Amino acid sequence: MTPSVINLPATTEDHHIAKLAAVAIGLSLVEAALPSPLPGVKPGLANIVTLLVLQRFGWRAAAWVSLLRVVAGSLLLGSFLSPGFVLSFSGALLSLAALALACQLPANWFGPISHSILAAFAHIAAQLAVVYFWLIPHAGVLYLAPIFAAAALLFGIVNGLVASRLLGEKPLIANALPA
Amino acid sequence: MTSIVKPGDWLVALAGMALVAGLFLSLWSRAAGTTLIIRSAGKVVAEADLAQNRNFEILGPLGTTVISVENRRVRVASDPSPRQYCVKQSWLSHAGETALCLPNQVSVELAGATKRYDSLSY
Repeated sequence: MTPSVINLPATTEDHHIAKLAAVAIGLSLVEAALPSPLPGVKPGLANIVTLLVLQRFGWRAAAWVSLLRVVAGSLLLGSFLSPGFVLSFSGALLSLAALALACQLPANWFGPISHSILAAFAHIAAQLAVVYFWLIPHAGVLYLAPIFAAAALLFGIVNGLVASRLLGEKPLIANALPA
Repeated sequence: MTSIVKPGDWLVALAGMALVAGLFLSLWSRAAGTTLIIRSAGKVVAEADLAQNRNFEILGPLGTTVISVENRRVRVASDPSPRQYCVKQSWLSHAGETALCLPNQVSVELAGATKRYDSLSY
């Protein structure tokens, strides 16, 4: 029996997406180790990568990186298809939808900070909706909504600032990663 | 560092702050209760104004639950339930607050000017 070789032609963009998704997965693993005062309040460091990809490679690549990060990250953490995974996935989907609209805004006026804040709000809105309508259908969830929204605003601004700062250093993304 | 924040970013951040503040005000405002609703075995047995000081004696399967209203507050004064959770809850004064005496199937709920949600439906 001759060994069969399957060749999957990968474009340069595929390589970029894979590398950046790996960075994002690394960041979500680091973040999973951080203690959180309230379940669900997390900085979302991996979203910095999504913001950078959105700026450099466009929305399609950002969607790939974000969804690959959610799926592969959950496989590594052992939470694939768990409620936590559904929360991450729904949050990622709605924030990608928000980013699709946000990147239509005039670029001279709205930068990664705006994108980050809008995506963070979309993320927490999707998660609260899933929690409220599926996991814990109790009005007490709404009681926590302002705290989650405040955390989303704070981390949205911080991640946006980091992404903006990194975008200023041009070669960082495409070339600084090992080939 | 100055160029990375664009003018629209300030607008979005301010709008975000307004949204967060609005959420805090609308979801955390604890309006004072105005009326109390007493249920026994799921049925409303008494509705009364919180301004009027009086006691209610509600008969349940275990015995009599005494609910007292005083100074615009309400509490379960005594209950035959073994664990006494609803008695330990003490005074309720905000709209939406509820004390449940489960074994005796008696509950008291405070409603405000507008009842925001039915806290007993789950």
